Amino acid sequence: MSSGATHEAIEAVWRIESARLVGALMRLVRDVGLAEDLAQESFIAALECWPTTGIPVNPGAWLMTTAKNRAFDHLRHQKMQQRKHAEIGNDASDLSPAPSDLELAADDDVGDDLLRLIFIACHPVLPKDGRAALTLRLLGGLTTEEIARAFLVPEPTIAQRIVRAKRTLAEARVPFEMPCGPDLPTRLSSVLEVIYLVFNEGYAATKGDHWTRPELCQEALRLGRILTELVADEAEVHGLLALMELHASRLPARIGASGEPILLLDQDRSRWDRMLLHRGLAALMRAEALKQPLGPYTLQASIAACHARAGVPEETDWGRIVALYDALVELTGSPIVELNRAVAVSMAFGPAAGLELVDALIDEPALKSYHLLPSVRGDFLMKLGRHVEAGLEFERAASLAQNSRERDLLLARVGESRTRQTTRHVADVRE
Amino acid sequence: MRVMVFVPGDKNSEAGVMPSEELISKMTKFNQDLVTAGVMLDAQGLRPTSKAKRVRFSGSQRTVTDGPFAESKEIVAGYWIWQVKSIEEAVEWLKRAPFDGGIEVTIRPIFEPEDFGKQLSPELRAKGQKMRAEIERQRKS
Repeated sequence: MSSGATHEAIEAVWRIESARLVGALMRLVRDVGLAEDLAQESFIAALECWPTTGIPVNPGAWLMTTAKNRAFDHLRHQKMQQRKHAEIGNDASDLSPAPSDLELAADDDVGDDLLRLIFIACHPVLPKDGRAALTLRLLGGLTTEEIARAFLVPEPTIAQRIVRAKRTLAEARVPFEMPCGPDLPTRLSSVLEVIYLVFNEGYAATKGDHWTRPELCQEALRLGRILTELVADEAEVHGLLALMELHASRLPARIGASGEPILLLDQDRSRWDRMLLHRGLAALMRAEALKQPLGPYTLQASIAACHARAGVPEETDWGRIVALYDALVELTGSPIVELNRAVAVSMAFGPAAGLELVDALIDEPALKSYHLLPSVRGDFLMKLGRHVEAGLEFERAASLAQNSRERDLLLARVGESRTRQTTRHVADVRE
Repeated sequence: MRVMVFVPGDKNSEAGVMPSEELISKMTKFNQDLVTAGVMLDAQGLRPTSKAKRVRFSGSQRTVTDGPFAESKEIVAGYWIWQVKSIEEAVEWLKRAPFDGGIEVTIRPIFEPEDFGKQLSPELRAKGQKMRAEIERQRKS
Protein backbone atom coordinates (compact mmCIF):
# COMPACT_ATOMS: atom_id res chain seq x y z
CA MET A 1 0.00 0.00 0.00
CA SER A 2 1.39 3.42 -0.92
CA SER A 3 1.55 6.20 1.64
CA GLY A 4 0.56 8.81 -0.91
CA ALA A 5 -2.96 10.17 -1.15
CA THR A 6 -5.17 9.69 -4.19
CA HIS A 7 -6.80 12.60 -5.95
CA GLU A 8 -10.21 11.30 -4.79
CA ALA A 9 -9.11 11.32 -1.17
CA ILE A 10 -7.79 14.87 -1.41
CA GLU A 11 -11.03 15.97 -3.06
CA ALA A 12 -12.93 14.31 -0.22
CA VAL A 13 -10.96 16.32 2.34
CA TRP A 14 -11.70 19.44 0.33
CA ARG A 15 -15.39 18.62 0.37
CA ILE A 16 -15.31 18.35 4.16
CA GLU A 17 -13.06 21.34 4.86
CA SER A 18 -13.66 23.95 2.14
CA ALA A 19 -16.63 25.80 3.64
CA ARG A 20 -15.12 26.28 7.06
CA LEU A 21 -11.82 27.22 5.43
CA VAL A 22 -13.44 29.94 3.35
CA GLY A 23 -15.45 31.02 6.38
CA ALA A 24 -12.36 31.45 8.56
CA LEU A 25 -10.52 33.25 5.76
CA MET A 26 -13.46 35.61 5.31
CA ARG A 27 -12.93 36.81 8.84
CA LEU A 28 -9.36 37.65 7.93
CA VAL A 29 -9.73 39.23 4.52
CA ARG A 30 -13.42 40.23 4.38
CA ASP A 31 -13.67 39.55 0.67
CA VAL A 32 -15.37 36.45 -0.75
CA GLY A 33 -13.31 36.43 -3.93
CA LEU A 34 -10.02 36.72 -2.11
CA ALA A 35 -11.01 34.25 0.62
CA GLU A 36 -11.96 31.68 -1.97
CA ASP A 37 -8.78 32.24 -3.98
CA LEU A 38 -6.69 31.71 -0.86
CA ALA A 39 -8.62 28.55 0.02
CA GLN A 40 -8.16 27.29 -3.54
CA GLU A 41 -4.44 27.96 -3.34
CA SER A 42 -4.16 25.84 -0.22
CA PHE A 43 -6.11 23.09 -1.98
CA ILE A 44 -3.71 23.22 -4.91
CA ALA A 45 -0.79 23.08 -2.47
CA ALA A 46 -2.38 19.94 -0.99
CA LEU A 47 -2.77 18.43 -4.45
CA GLU A 48 0.94 18.99 -5.01
CA CYS A 49 2.11 17.80 -1.63
CA TRP A 50 -0.18 15.02 -0.36
CA PRO A 51 0.27 12.53 -3.20
CA THR A 52 3.80 11.97 -1.87
CA THR A 53 3.51 12.80 1.85
CA GLY A 54 0.08 11.27 2.34
CA ILE A 55 -2.84 13.09 3.96
CA PRO A 56 -1.75 14.74 7.22
CA VAL A 57 -3.26 13.54 10.49
CA ASN A 58 -5.22 16.77 10.73
CA PRO A 59 -5.80 17.81 7.12
CA GLY A 60 -8.14 20.66 8.08
CA ALA A 61 -5.43 22.32 10.18
CA TRP A 62 -2.87 21.84 7.39
CA LEU A 63 -5.13 23.57 4.85
CA MET A 64 -6.01 26.31 7.34
CA THR A 65 -2.36 27.05 8.17
CA THR A 66 -1.36 27.10 4.51
CA ALA A 67 -4.23 29.37 3.57
CA LYS A 68 -3.73 31.69 6.55
CA ASN A 69 -0.03 32.11 5.79
CA ARG A 70 -0.96 33.20 2.33
CA ALA A 71 -3.59 35.51 3.75
CA PHE A 72 -1.03 37.13 6.05
CA ASP A 73 1.39 37.52 3.14
CA HIS A 74 -1.37 39.19 1.23
CA LEU A 75 -2.33 41.49 4.09
CA ARG A 76 1.29 42.41 4.76
CA HIS A 77 1.74 43.26 1.13
CA GLN A 78 -1.44 45.29 1.14
CA LYS A 79 -0.34 47.13 4.27
CA MET A 80 3.00 48.00 2.73
CA GLN A 81 1.24 49.40 -0.30
CA GLN A 82 -1.04 51.42 1.92
CA ARG A 83 1.91 52.72 3.91
CA LYS A 84 3.56 53.85 0.71
CA HIS A 85 0.41 55.63 -0.30
CA ALA A 86 0.09 57.09 3.19
CA GLU A 87 3.63 58.41 3.09
CA ILE A 88 2.93 60.09 -0.19
CA GLY A 89 -0.50 61.39 0.78
CA ASN A 90 0.30 61.70 4.49
CA ASP A 91 -2.83 59.78 5.40
CA ALA A 92 -2.50 56.77 7.69
CA SER A 93 -6.14 56.45 8.69
CA ASP A 94 -7.02 53.63 6.30
CA LEU A 95 -4.53 51.01 7.43
CA SER A 96 -5.78 47.45 7.79
CA PRO A 97 -5.33 45.92 11.22
CA ALA A 98 -2.10 43.98 11.69
CA PRO A 99 -2.27 40.22 11.08
CA SER A 100 -1.51 39.53 14.74
CA ASP A 101 -4.78 41.18 15.80
CA LEU A 102 -6.65 39.25 13.18
CA GLU A 103 -5.14 35.99 14.23
CA LEU A 104 -6.72 36.40 17.63
CA ALA A 105 -10.11 36.55 16.01
CA ALA A 106 -9.48 33.46 13.92
CA ASP A 107 -10.80 30.66 16.09
CA ASP A 108 -14.39 31.54 16.71
CA ASP A 109 -17.27 29.15 16.39
CA VAL A 110 -17.20 27.21 13.09
CA GLY A 111 -21.00 27.13 12.97
CA ASP A 112 -21.15 30.93 12.95
CA ASP A 113 -18.69 31.08 10.07
CA LEU A 114 -20.74 28.62 8.04
CA LEU A 115 -23.94 30.49 8.68
CA ARG A 116 -22.43 33.86 7.78
CA LEU A 117 -21.09 32.25 4.63
CA ILE A 118 -24.54 30.92 3.70
CA PHE A 119 -26.06 34.34 4.32
CA ILE A 120 -23.49 36.14 2.20
CA ALA A 121 -23.71 33.62 -0.68
CA CYS A 122 -27.50 34.00 -0.69
CA HIS A 123 -27.47 37.79 -0.32
CA PRO A 124 -30.49 39.46 -2.00
CA VAL A 125 -28.13 41.90 -3.74
CA LEU A 126 -27.20 38.98 -6.05
CA PRO A 127 -29.32 37.60 -8.89
CA LYS A 128 -30.93 34.23 -8.14
CA ASP A 129 -28.72 32.14 -10.41
CA GLY A 130 -25.65 33.84 -8.96
CA ARG A 131 -26.79 32.99 -5.43
CA ALA A 132 -27.31 29.34 -6.32
CA ALA A 133 -23.93 28.99 -8.05
CA LEU A 134 -22.04 30.77 -5.29
CA THR A 135 -23.77 28.74 -2.58
CA LEU A 136 -22.89 25.44 -4.24
CA ARG A 137 -19.34 26.66 -4.72
CA LEU A 138 -18.76 28.02 -1.20
CA LEU A 139 -20.86 25.67 0.90
CA GLY A 140 -20.84 22.50 -1.19
CA GLY A 141 -17.22 22.77 -2.32
CA LEU A 142 -18.37 22.03 -5.88
CA THR A 143 -16.14 22.96 -8.79
CA THR A 144 -17.34 25.27 -11.53
CA GLU A 145 -17.45 22.28 -13.83
CA GLU A 146 -19.63 20.28 -11.43
CA ILE A 147 -22.05 23.19 -11.02
CA ALA A 148 -22.21 23.69 -14.78
CA ARG A 149 -22.93 20.01 -15.33
CA ALA A 150 -25.62 20.05 -12.66
CA PHE A 151 -27.43 23.04 -14.15
CA LEU A 152 -26.79 22.00 -17.78
CA VAL A 153 -25.21 25.31 -18.68
CA PRO A 154 -21.77 25.89 -20.21
CA GLU A 155 -18.90 26.10 -17.74
CA PRO A 156 -17.91 29.67 -18.70
CA THR A 157 -21.46 30.80 -17.89
CA ILE A 158 -21.19 29.47 -14.34
CA ALA A 159 -17.65 30.85 -13.97
CA GLN A 160 -18.95 34.24 -15.00
CA ARG A 161 -21.92 34.06 -12.63
CA ILE A 162 -19.56 33.33 -9.76
CA VAL A 163 -17.09 36.06 -10.70
CA ARG A 164 -19.89 38.58 -11.06
CA ALA A 165 -21.45 37.55 -7.77
CA LYS A 166 -18.16 37.99 -5.95
CA ARG A 167 -17.62 41.39 -7.57
CA THR A 168 -21.13 42.51 -6.67
CA LEU A 169 -20.60 41.51 -3.04
CA ALA A 170 -17.30 43.41 -2.94
CA GLU A 171 -18.74 46.51 -4.61
CA ALA A 172 -21.78 46.55 -2.37
CA ARG A 173 -19.44 46.10 0.62
CA VAL A 174 -21.66 43.38 2.01
CA PRO A 175 -20.38 42.70 5.52
CA PHE A 176 -19.52 39.18 6.67
CA GLU A 177 -21.88 39.09 9.60
CA MET A 178 -25.10 37.64 10.90
CA PRO A 179 -28.13 39.59 9.77
CA CYS A 180 -30.27 40.74 12.67
CA GLY A 181 -33.45 42.60 13.49
CA PRO A 182 -35.86 43.30 10.65
CA ASP A 183 -33.24 42.11 8.14
CA LEU A 184 -33.23 38.54 9.38
CA PRO A 185 -36.56 37.28 7.96
CA THR A 186 -35.79 38.62 4.46
CA ARG A 187 -32.25 37.27 4.51
CA LEU A 188 -33.35 33.88 5.81
CA SER A 189 -36.10 33.57 3.23
CA SER A 190 -33.53 34.28 0.52
CA VAL A 191 -31.40 31.40 1.86
CA LEU A 192 -34.38 29.04 1.90
CA GLU A 193 -35.33 30.14 -1.60
CA VAL A 194 -31.87 29.34 -2.96
CA ILE A 195 -31.77 25.91 -1.34
CA TYR A 196 -35.23 25.08 -2.65
CA LEU A 197 -34.30 26.32 -6.11
CA VAL A 198 -31.32 23.96 -6.18
CA PHE A 199 -33.50 21.11 -4.92
CA ASN A 200 -36.21 21.71 -7.49
CA GLU A 201 -33.81 21.88 -10.39
CA GLY A 202 -32.73 18.40 -9.33
CA TYR A 203 -36.22 17.12 -8.57
CA ALA A 204 -37.99 18.22 -11.75
CA ALA A 205 -35.31 19.31 -14.16
CA THR A 206 -36.65 22.18 -16.23
CA LYS A 207 -34.32 21.33 -19.09
CA GLY A 208 -32.53 18.40 -20.66
CA ASP A 209 -33.06 14.71 -21.25
CA HIS A 210 -33.30 13.55 -17.68
CA TRP A 211 -36.38 14.02 -15.59
CA THR A 212 -34.44 14.28 -12.33
CA ARG A 213 -30.88 15.09 -11.34
CA PRO A 214 -30.54 13.53 -7.89
CA GLU A 215 -27.08 14.98 -7.21
CA LEU A 216 -28.60 18.46 -7.02
CA CYS A 217 -31.27 17.16 -4.64
CA GLN A 218 -28.52 15.68 -2.46
CA GLU A 219 -26.65 18.98 -2.33
CA ALA A 220 -29.81 20.86 -1.40
CA LEU A 221 -30.69 18.29 1.26
CA ARG A 222 -27.23 18.58 2.72
CA LEU A 223 -27.55 22.38 2.90
CA GLY A 224 -31.02 22.05 4.40
CA ARG A 225 -29.75 19.63 7.05
CA ILE A 226 -26.86 21.94 7.90
CA LEU A 227 -29.24 24.87 8.20
CA THR A 228 -31.56 23.07 10.63
CA GLU A 229 -28.55 22.67 12.90
CA LEU A 230 -27.47 26.29 12.61
CA VAL A 231 -30.90 27.97 12.75
CA ALA A 232 -32.80 25.45 14.84
CA ASP A 233 -35.41 27.86 16.18
CA GLU A 234 -36.97 28.84 12.85
CA ALA A 235 -39.94 26.65 11.88
CA GLU A 236 -39.61 27.29 8.15
CA VAL A 237 -36.04 25.97 8.14
CA HIS A 238 -37.38 22.63 9.40
CA GLY A 239 -40.39 22.99 7.09
CA LEU A 240 -38.15 23.30 4.05
CA LEU A 241 -36.06 20.32 5.11
CA ALA A 242 -39.24 18.28 5.69
CA LEU A 243 -40.50 19.22 2.25
CA MET A 244 -37.23 18.23 0.59
CA GLU A 245 -36.83 14.96 2.51
CA LEU A 246 -40.42 13.95 1.72
CA HIS A 247 -40.11 14.80 -1.95
CA ALA A 248 -36.71 13.12 -2.19
CA SER A 249 -38.21 9.97 -0.65
CA ARG A 250 -40.24 9.61 -3.85
CA LEU A 251 -37.26 9.95 -6.18
CA PRO A 252 -36.73 6.19 -6.64
CA ALA A 253 -40.34 5.80 -7.75
CA ARG A 254 -40.45 8.88 -9.94
CA ILE A 255 -38.68 7.38 -12.91
CA GLY A 256 -39.72 4.35 -14.94
CA ALA A 257 -37.47 1.64 -16.34
CA SER A 258 -36.68 3.65 -19.46
CA GLY A 259 -36.26 7.00 -17.73
CA GLU A 260 -39.81 8.24 -18.19
CA PRO A 261 -41.44 10.30 -15.43
CA ILE A 262 -44.04 8.60 -13.25
CA LEU A 263 -46.61 10.85 -11.63
CA LEU A 264 -47.35 10.74 -7.92
CA LEU A 265 -50.56 8.72 -8.02
CA ASP A 266 -49.08 6.14 -10.42
CA GLN A 267 -45.93 5.61 -8.38
CA ASP A 268 -45.02 2.28 -6.84
CA ARG A 269 -45.05 3.41 -3.22
CA SER A 270 -43.05 0.41 -2.11
CA ARG A 271 -40.10 2.12 -3.78
CA TRP A 272 -40.39 5.27 -1.69
CA ASP A 273 -37.34 5.66 0.49
CA ARG A 274 -38.53 4.88 4.02
CA MET A 275 -35.59 6.54 5.74
CA LEU A 276 -36.05 9.85 3.96
CA LEU A 277 -39.81 9.64 4.40
CA HIS A 278 -39.53 9.24 8.17
CA ARG A 279 -36.84 11.90 8.40
CA GLY A 280 -39.21 14.20 6.53
CA LEU A 281 -42.10 13.50 8.89
CA ALA A 282 -39.77 14.05 11.86
CA ALA A 283 -38.59 17.40 10.47
CA LEU A 284 -42.22 18.41 9.95
CA MET A 285 -42.98 17.58 13.59
CA ARG A 286 -40.06 19.78 14.67
CA ALA A 287 -41.40 22.63 12.52
CA GLU A 288 -44.88 22.28 14.03
CA ALA A 289 -43.53 21.98 17.56
CA LEU A 290 -42.04 25.49 17.32
CA LYS A 291 -45.61 26.84 17.34
CA GLN A 292 -44.93 29.60 14.84
CA PRO A 293 -47.48 30.60 12.18
CA LEU A 294 -47.31 28.00 9.40
CA GLY A 295 -45.17 29.31 6.55
CA PRO A 296 -45.24 28.23 2.90
CA TYR A 297 -42.59 25.51 3.26
CA THR A 298 -44.19 23.95 6.30
CA LEU A 299 -47.58 24.00 4.58
CA GLN A 300 -46.15 22.35 1.47
CA ALA A 301 -44.40 19.79 3.65
CA SER A 302 -47.73 19.08 5.39
CA ILE A 303 -49.26 18.41 1.98
CA ALA A 304 -46.37 16.11 1.05
CA ALA A 305 -46.85 14.36 4.41
CA CYS A 306 -50.50 13.60 3.54
CA HIS A 307 -49.20 11.65 0.53
CA ALA A 308 -46.40 10.07 2.51
CA ARG A 309 -48.84 8.76 5.11
CA ALA A 310 -51.10 7.15 2.52
CA GLY A 311 -49.97 3.58 1.87
CA VAL A 312 -52.01 3.47 -1.32
CA PRO A 313 -53.32 6.47 -3.34
CA GLU A 314 -56.93 5.69 -2.33
CA GLU A 315 -56.06 6.42 1.31
CA THR A 316 -55.00 10.00 0.56
CA ASP A 317 -56.74 12.56 2.73
CA TRP A 318 -57.68 14.94 -0.11
CA GLY A 319 -59.95 16.99 2.12
CA ARG A 320 -57.02 17.90 4.34
CA ILE A 321 -54.85 18.61 1.31
CA VAL A 322 -57.45 21.03 -0.06
CA ALA A 323 -57.55 22.82 3.31
CA LEU A 324 -53.75 23.10 3.33
CA TYR A 325 -53.80 24.50 -0.20
CA ASP A 326 -56.43 27.02 0.87
CA ALA A 327 -54.00 28.29 3.49
CA LEU A 328 -51.14 28.25 1.00
CA VAL A 329 -53.11 30.23 -1.61
CA GLU A 330 -53.99 32.78 1.04
CA LEU A 331 -50.34 33.09 2.05
CA THR A 332 -48.67 33.17 -1.35
CA GLY A 333 -51.37 34.25 -3.80
CA SER A 334 -49.41 32.24 -6.35
CA PRO A 335 -51.31 31.09 -9.46
CA ILE A 336 -49.16 27.94 -9.53
CA VAL A 337 -50.37 27.09 -6.05
CA GLU A 338 -53.94 27.75 -7.21
CA LEU A 339 -53.38 25.30 -10.03
CA ASN A 340 -52.19 22.68 -7.56
CA ARG A 341 -55.17 23.42 -5.38
CA ALA A 342 -57.44 22.77 -8.37
CA VAL A 343 -55.89 19.31 -8.70
CA ALA A 344 -56.52 18.59 -5.02
CA VAL A 345 -60.10 19.86 -5.34
CA SER A 346 -60.69 17.56 -8.31
CA MET A 347 -59.46 14.62 -6.26
CA ALA A 348 -61.66 15.55 -3.31
CA PHE A 349 -64.77 16.73 -5.14
CA GLY A 350 -64.48 15.46 -8.71
CA PRO A 351 -62.99 16.72 -12.02
CA ALA A 352 -65.85 19.15 -12.76
CA ALA A 353 -65.05 21.14 -9.59
CA GLY A 354 -61.38 21.15 -10.53
CA LEU A 355 -62.10 22.25 -14.10
CA GLU A 356 -64.09 25.22 -12.87
CA LEU A 357 -61.07 26.44 -10.87
CA VAL A 358 -58.63 25.85 -13.72
CA ASP A 359 -60.85 27.70 -16.18
CA ALA A 360 -60.63 30.73 -13.92
CA LEU A 361 -56.84 30.60 -14.29
CA ILE A 362 -56.70 30.51 -18.09
CA ASP A 363 -56.12 34.25 -18.47
CA GLU A 364 -53.55 34.38 -15.69
CA PRO A 365 -50.44 36.02 -17.26
CA ALA A 366 -48.03 34.15 -14.96
CA LEU A 367 -49.29 30.82 -16.30
CA LYS A 368 -49.34 31.86 -19.96
CA SER A 369 -46.53 29.54 -21.02
CA TYR A 370 -46.69 27.14 -18.07
CA HIS A 371 -47.12 23.65 -19.52
CA LEU A 372 -48.83 22.22 -16.44
CA LEU A 373 -51.90 24.44 -16.89
CA PRO A 374 -53.03 22.78 -20.16
CA SER A 375 -51.75 19.46 -18.82
CA VAL A 376 -53.97 19.65 -15.74
CA ARG A 377 -56.90 20.97 -17.75
CA GLY A 378 -56.45 18.12 -20.24
CA ASP A 379 -56.49 15.63 -17.40
CA PHE A 380 -59.79 16.97 -16.02
CA LEU A 381 -61.36 17.00 -19.50
CA MET A 382 -60.22 13.44 -20.05
CA LYS A 383 -61.84 12.31 -16.81
CA LEU A 384 -65.01 14.09 -17.85
CA GLY A 385 -65.01 12.14 -21.14
CA ARG A 386 -64.29 15.24 -23.25
CA HIS A 387 -61.47 13.50 -25.13
CA VAL A 388 -61.18 15.80 -28.16
CA GLU A 389 -60.67 18.91 -26.01
CA ALA A 390 -58.35 16.95 -23.74
CA GLY A 391 -56.16 15.96 -26.71
CA LEU A 392 -55.82 19.60 -27.74
CA GLU A 393 -54.79 20.59 -24.22
CA PHE A 394 -52.15 17.83 -24.02
CA GLU A 395 -50.78 18.93 -27.39
CA ARG A 396 -50.49 22.48 -26.13
CA ALA A 397 -48.82 21.28 -22.94
CA ALA A 398 -46.33 19.17 -24.89
CA SER A 399 -45.38 22.15 -27.04
CA LEU A 400 -44.69 24.20 -23.90
CA ALA A 401 -42.73 21.56 -21.92
CA GLN A 402 -38.97 22.09 -21.95
CA ASN A 403 -37.94 18.77 -20.47
CA SER A 404 -37.90 16.11 -23.18
CA ARG A 405 -39.03 13.31 -20.82
CA GLU A 406 -41.98 15.35 -19.72
CA ARG A 407 -42.83 16.19 -23.33
CA ASP A 408 -42.86 12.47 -24.18
CA LEU A 409 -45.25 11.83 -21.31
CA LEU A 410 -47.60 14.55 -22.55
CA LEU A 411 -47.42 13.28 -26.14
CA ALA A 412 -48.34 9.84 -24.85
CA ARG A 413 -51.43 11.38 -23.31
CA VAL A 414 -52.28 13.01 -26.64
CA GLY A 415 -52.16 9.50 -28.13
CA GLU A 416 -54.27 8.15 -25.27
CA SER A 417 -56.94 10.80 -25.84
CA ARG A 418 -57.06 9.91 -29.56
CA THR A 419 -57.51 6.21 -28.78
CA ARG A 420 -60.33 7.05 -26.42
CA GLN A 421 -61.93 9.22 -29.10
CA THR A 422 -61.90 6.28 -31.51
CA THR A 423 -63.19 3.80 -28.96
CA ARG A 424 -65.91 6.19 -28.08
CA HIS A 425 -66.75 6.61 -31.73
CA VAL A 426 -66.98 2.84 -32.25
CA ALA A 427 -69.16 2.57 -29.17
CA ASP A 428 -71.43 5.32 -30.47
CA VAL A 429 -71.82 3.54 -33.78
CA ARG A 430 -72.73 0.29 -32.02
CA GLU A 431 -75.42 1.99 -30.05
CA MET B 1 -24.42 7.88 -1.98
CA ARG B 2 -25.29 6.37 1.34
CA VAL B 3 -22.97 4.23 3.39
CA MET B 4 -23.36 2.15 6.51
CA VAL B 5 -20.46 2.24 8.92
CA PHE B 6 -20.20 -0.78 11.21
CA VAL B 7 -18.56 -0.32 14.58
CA PRO B 8 -17.39 -3.67 15.96
CA GLY B 9 -17.93 -4.70 19.53
CA ASP B 10 -15.23 -5.76 22.01
CA LYS B 11 -15.00 -7.33 25.45
CA ASN B 12 -16.16 -4.14 27.11
CA SER B 13 -19.15 -3.55 24.89
CA GLU B 14 -20.08 -7.21 25.27
CA ALA B 15 -19.82 -6.93 29.06
CA GLY B 16 -22.08 -3.88 28.95
CA VAL B 17 -19.29 -1.65 30.28
CA MET B 18 -19.97 1.96 29.28
CA PRO B 19 -17.09 3.81 27.59
CA SER B 20 -15.16 6.40 29.61
CA GLU B 21 -16.58 9.87 29.98
CA GLU B 22 -13.71 11.21 27.90
CA LEU B 23 -14.48 8.85 25.02
CA ILE B 24 -18.17 9.61 25.22
CA SER B 25 -17.51 13.33 25.01
CA LYS B 26 -15.13 12.86 22.05
CA MET B 27 -17.69 10.68 20.32
CA THR B 28 -20.44 13.21 20.98
CA LYS B 29 -18.29 15.90 19.38
CA PHE B 30 -17.59 13.66 16.37
CA ASN B 31 -21.29 12.89 15.97
CA GLN B 32 -22.16 16.57 16.25
CA ASP B 33 -19.63 17.40 13.51
CA LEU B 34 -21.29 14.82 11.25
CA VAL B 35 -24.71 16.28 11.94
CA THR B 36 -23.58 19.87 11.40
CA ALA B 37 -22.01 18.85 8.10
CA GLY B 38 -25.31 17.36 6.93
CA VAL B 39 -23.70 13.92 6.64
CA MET B 40 -25.39 11.96 9.43
CA LEU B 41 -28.67 10.26 8.58
CA ASP B 42 -28.87 7.77 11.40
CA ALA B 43 -26.83 6.34 14.25
CA GLN B 44 -27.65 3.51 16.63
CA GLY B 45 -25.85 1.55 19.30
CA LEU B 46 -26.65 -2.12 19.83
CA ARG B 47 -27.06 -3.93 23.13
CA PRO B 48 -24.56 -6.70 23.98
CA THR B 49 -25.15 -10.07 22.32
CA SER B 50 -26.23 -11.47 25.69
CA LYS B 51 -29.59 -9.90 24.78
CA ALA B 52 -29.48 -11.29 21.24
CA LYS B 53 -30.93 -14.38 19.60
CA ARG B 54 -29.91 -16.26 16.50
CA VAL B 55 -32.03 -18.30 14.15
CA ARG B 56 -30.34 -21.02 12.14
CA PHE B 57 -31.91 -22.19 8.86
CA SER B 58 -31.50 -25.67 7.53
CA GLY B 59 -34.12 -27.06 5.17
CA SER B 60 -37.44 -26.62 6.93
CA GLN B 61 -35.79 -26.58 10.34
CA ARG B 62 -35.31 -23.39 12.38
CA THR B 63 -33.01 -23.56 15.38
CA VAL B 64 -33.01 -20.67 17.81
CA THR B 65 -29.89 -19.95 19.90
CA ASP B 66 -29.69 -17.45 22.75
CA GLY B 67 -26.75 -15.02 23.09
CA PRO B 68 -24.09 -14.20 24.11
CA PHE B 69 -22.09 -15.15 21.04
CA ALA B 70 -18.41 -15.77 21.52
CA GLU B 71 -16.83 -14.74 18.19
CA SER B 72 -16.66 -11.07 19.18
CA LYS B 73 -14.69 -10.16 16.06
CA GLU B 74 -17.84 -10.38 14.00
CA ILE B 75 -20.04 -8.66 16.49
CA VAL B 76 -21.46 -5.28 15.60
CA ALA B 77 -21.86 -2.84 18.48
CA GLY B 78 -23.35 0.02 16.51
CA TYR B 79 -23.74 1.64 13.15
CA TRP B 80 -23.99 4.96 11.36
CA ILE B 81 -25.71 5.76 8.11
CA TRP B 82 -24.08 8.66 6.28
CA GLN B 83 -24.91 10.59 3.16
CA VAL B 84 -21.67 11.33 1.32
CA LYS B 85 -20.53 12.24 -2.15
CA SER B 86 -18.06 9.39 -2.44
CA ILE B 87 -16.71 6.52 -0.35
CA GLU B 88 -13.51 8.57 -0.04
CA GLU B 89 -15.50 11.24 1.76
CA ALA B 90 -16.76 8.56 4.16
CA VAL B 91 -13.19 7.39 4.72
CA GLU B 92 -12.03 10.93 5.49
CA TRP B 93 -14.86 11.36 7.98
CA LEU B 94 -14.22 8.02 9.60
CA LYS B 95 -10.53 8.83 10.05
CA ARG B 96 -11.64 11.60 12.41
CA ALA B 97 -13.52 9.22 14.71
CA PRO B 98 -12.02 8.83 18.19
CA PHE B 99 -11.32 5.09 17.95
CA ASP B 100 -8.11 3.40 19.08
CA GLY B 101 -6.56 0.06 20.02
CA GLY B 102 -6.41 -1.64 16.64
CA ILE B 103 -10.16 -1.62 16.18
CA GLU B 104 -11.25 -2.01 12.54
CA VAL B 105 -14.32 -0.16 11.33
CA THR B 106 -15.95 -1.09 8.01
CA ILE B 107 -17.69 1.22 5.54
CA ARG B 108 -20.21 -0.45 3.23
CA PRO B 109 -22.02 1.44 0.44
CA ILE B 110 -25.78 0.93 0.57
CA PHE B 111 -27.54 -0.22 -2.59
CA GLU B 112 -29.17 2.64 -4.47
CA PRO B 113 -32.57 2.11 -6.10
CA GLU B 114 -31.01 2.16 -9.59
CA ASP B 115 -28.85 -0.83 -8.56
CA PHE B 116 -31.83 -3.16 -8.91
CA GLY B 117 -35.34 -2.00 -9.63
CA LYS B 118 -35.61 -3.47 -13.08
CA GLN B 119 -35.17 -7.00 -11.78
CA LEU B 120 -38.30 -6.81 -9.67
CA SER B 121 -41.35 -8.27 -11.42
CA PRO B 122 -44.59 -6.27 -11.42
CA GLU B 123 -46.22 -8.98 -9.25
CA LEU B 124 -43.48 -8.72 -6.62
CA ARG B 125 -43.75 -4.94 -6.70
CA ALA B 126 -47.49 -5.07 -6.20
CA LYS B 127 -47.01 -7.39 -3.23
CA GLY B 128 -44.38 -5.08 -1.78
CA GLN B 129 -46.72 -2.14 -2.16
CA LYS B 130 -49.54 -3.96 -0.39
CA MET B 131 -47.20 -4.86 2.45
CA ARG B 132 -46.04 -1.24 2.88
CA ALA B 133 -49.64 -0.08 2.95
CA GLU B 134 -50.35 -2.55 5.74
CA ILE B 135 -47.26 -1.43 7.69
CA GLU B 136 -48.37 2.20 7.40
CA ARG B 137 -51.87 1.30 8.57
CA GLN B 138 -50.50 -0.47 11.63
CA ARG B 139 -48.15 2.38 12.36
CA LYS B 140 -51.02 4.84 12.34
CA SER B 141 -53.35 2.83 14.53
